[in-house]
Amino acid sequence: MAGITARICGICPVSHLLASAKTGDKILAVKIPPAADKLRRMMNLAQITQSHALSFFHLSSPDFLLGWDSDPAKRNVFGLIEANPDLARAGIRLRQFGQTVIEKLGTRKIHAAWIVPGGVRSPLSEAGRQWIVERLPESFETVQLALGLFKHLLDEQFQAEMNIFGEFPTLYMGLVNGNGEWEHYDGSLRFTDSQGNIVVDGLNEDDYHRFLGEAVEPWSYLKFPYYQPLGYPDGIYRVGPLARLNVCDRIGTEGADRELQELRDRAGGVATSSFLYHYARLIEILACLEKIQELVDDPDVLSPRCRAQGGVNQLNAVGVSEAPRGTLFHHYQVDENGLLEKVNLIIATGQNNLAMNKTVAQIAKHYIHGSEIPEGLLNRVEAGIRCYDPCLSCSTHAAGQMPLHLQLVAADGRLLNEVYR
Amino acid sequence: MSVKTLKIDGKDVAAEEGTMLLQAAQDAGIQIPTLCFLAGLTPAAACRMCLVEVEGSHKLLPACVTEVAEGMVVQTHTPKLQGFRRMNVELLFAEGNHVCAVCVANGNCELQDLAIALGMDHSRFPYRFPDRHVDISHDQFGIDHNRCVLCTRCVRVCDEIEGAHVWDVAQRGEHCFIVSGLHQPWGEVDACTSCGKCVDACPTGAIFRKGSTIGEKERDRAKLEFLVTAREKHQWTR
Repeated sequence: MAGITARICGICPVSHLLASAKTGDKILAVKIPPAADKLRRMMNLAQITQSHALSFFHLSSPDFLLGWDSDPAKRNVFGLIEANPDLARAGIRLRQFGQTVIEKLGTRKIHAAWIVPGGVRSPLSEAGRQWIVERLPESFETVQLALGLFKHLLDEQFQAEMNIFGEFPTLYMGLVNGNGEWEHYDGSLRFTDSQGNIVVDGLNEDDYHRFLGEAVEPWSYLKFPYYQPLGYPDGIYRVGPLARLNVCDRIGTEGADRELQELRDRAGGVATSSFLYHYARLIEILACLEKIQELVDDPDVLSPRCRAQGGVNQLNAVGVSEAPRGTLFHHYQVDENGLLEKVNLIIATGQNNLAMNKTVAQIAKHYIHGSEIPEGLLNRVEAGIRCYDPCLSCSTHAAGQMPLHLQLVAADGRLLNEVYR
Repeated sequence: MSVKTLKIDGKDVAAEEGTMLLQAAQDAGIQIPTLCFLAGLTPAAACRMCLVEVEGSHKLLPACVTEVAEGMVVQTHTPKLQGFRRMNVELLFAEGNHVCAVCVANGNCELQDLAIALGMDHSRFPYRFPDRHVDISHDQFGIDHNRCVLCTRCVRVCDEIEGAHVWDVAQRGEHCFIVSGLHQPWGEVDACTSCGKCVDACPTGAIFRKGSTIGEKERDRAKLEFLVTAREKHQWTR
């Protein structure tokens, strides 16, 4: 199942591998070896690094550096290479770092079926460890460069976007460890509100159906998860980089904690604008690099004792991990022989669905006056969605085609206007 | 025993009477693709991959069950044969549910190897997506009928080498499937000795060890060869 679910995505297959393997661990009822825990963590950190680098440098930075109203044909990574080749190169190499760490661990960059129920298939090689050690300093430099650039842009240009691109109160959900620190692999779930209060803490993924509801709407294939005690749609919550930084007390590494404090100072407490997802992504890259640095010096990552064996001991299990885009749940039911009978996945993009819709409405209300849809709105709607870095962009369009269709509908349901791209 | 002389792909070949064309070709350094053939087992001529052209015959003949004959002229790699072989592999892929990306035998599969060797990058035939089942009731092994090509190696290895005859072919035509015992779950078949020879014989990922994940299937073919040598030549060395 780990191998099958990993094929869902080419950007973050590791996330599905992890959630699936963790569910498998529970079905086998095994405690995985310490080396496997650390190796899995290292791969997830590399995964978050490469995915965030892709989101920031390849997909979002053209918006920031070339402008919202620039030609869509050039508002991409190739336009960025033309305008700022050093930044583009550094960003591409940062993503390459994350991808190569995944390859060093699992022998493939994409769809490495290396994380398995019970642990992982093999340890890190000494040569792989050496490569990571050598490439880490450059990666640190790149993320510091990007952080400096983004903070400068926030100060100079993006005050308006801060208030339009998803600025509203919601709950936030993410994993935290036993000390309340930022967590990406294990730990327990915590909900906080927009004032920074802990709504509920120490939730176990096994009970997800008690605190998460999954609403459906007739106009979307995507489900609308919500925090059940508040009902639908009041139980709107956000997951992902910003949510993870909002729910944790601290990150647990020096540089990232310094940056987290600065984010909180700038936001005046809880960062509630989805535009700050970009900022959060950069802080998380820094956190990932610092944690990879800690792990790479740990002798356990070279240990061959990294896989536990077991039979089918539980028939129902829920696994959770933090994907780059947010919390990911896998829920399996199996028969006595281990054959799957029921599967439910709650993915990060689904959990941000309500917030993404609200963001589009907020952008539309700000830029549309009357029934005219102004030029450039499409770009901003895209950019508003892009804050969440959802799976939608990959899963809904073919190469070279962007089937964006915007309808302006009156309160009474009449179609006032529509535009296509 | 008399010796027969013949030509295979223009090459003069001498083979003992009773030798099959496949063996004679292999001894002469000419490789003919196979799928259901496994040395040491009775040939079944089920897969039709080893079809060859024999002068004077209006039919294509399976090399694994065609005996050499004096003066025979054989072609093994004509464009016509290669075209048929590729079509054959396409049909095998279209008939079952073969998803290499998530298969235990990915990278270690004879069907996949054939597809690569024959340049099959897609199937011209519509996939049938049959509704087949998976049986993992056995303690150690599982059978996924979606990946089965009905080569019957498992049937023959279990019958002829292990002597247990757990497996057989049930039904007919497109409804054929490999059946365990008296159509029981594999784990309930008393005759099974859990020797694992069917896992080693299976060319695809259809029969596998439980717990294996993608690309993890390994086969111990040397064990089968050892058993055949021991039985036929009384040499107990490996």
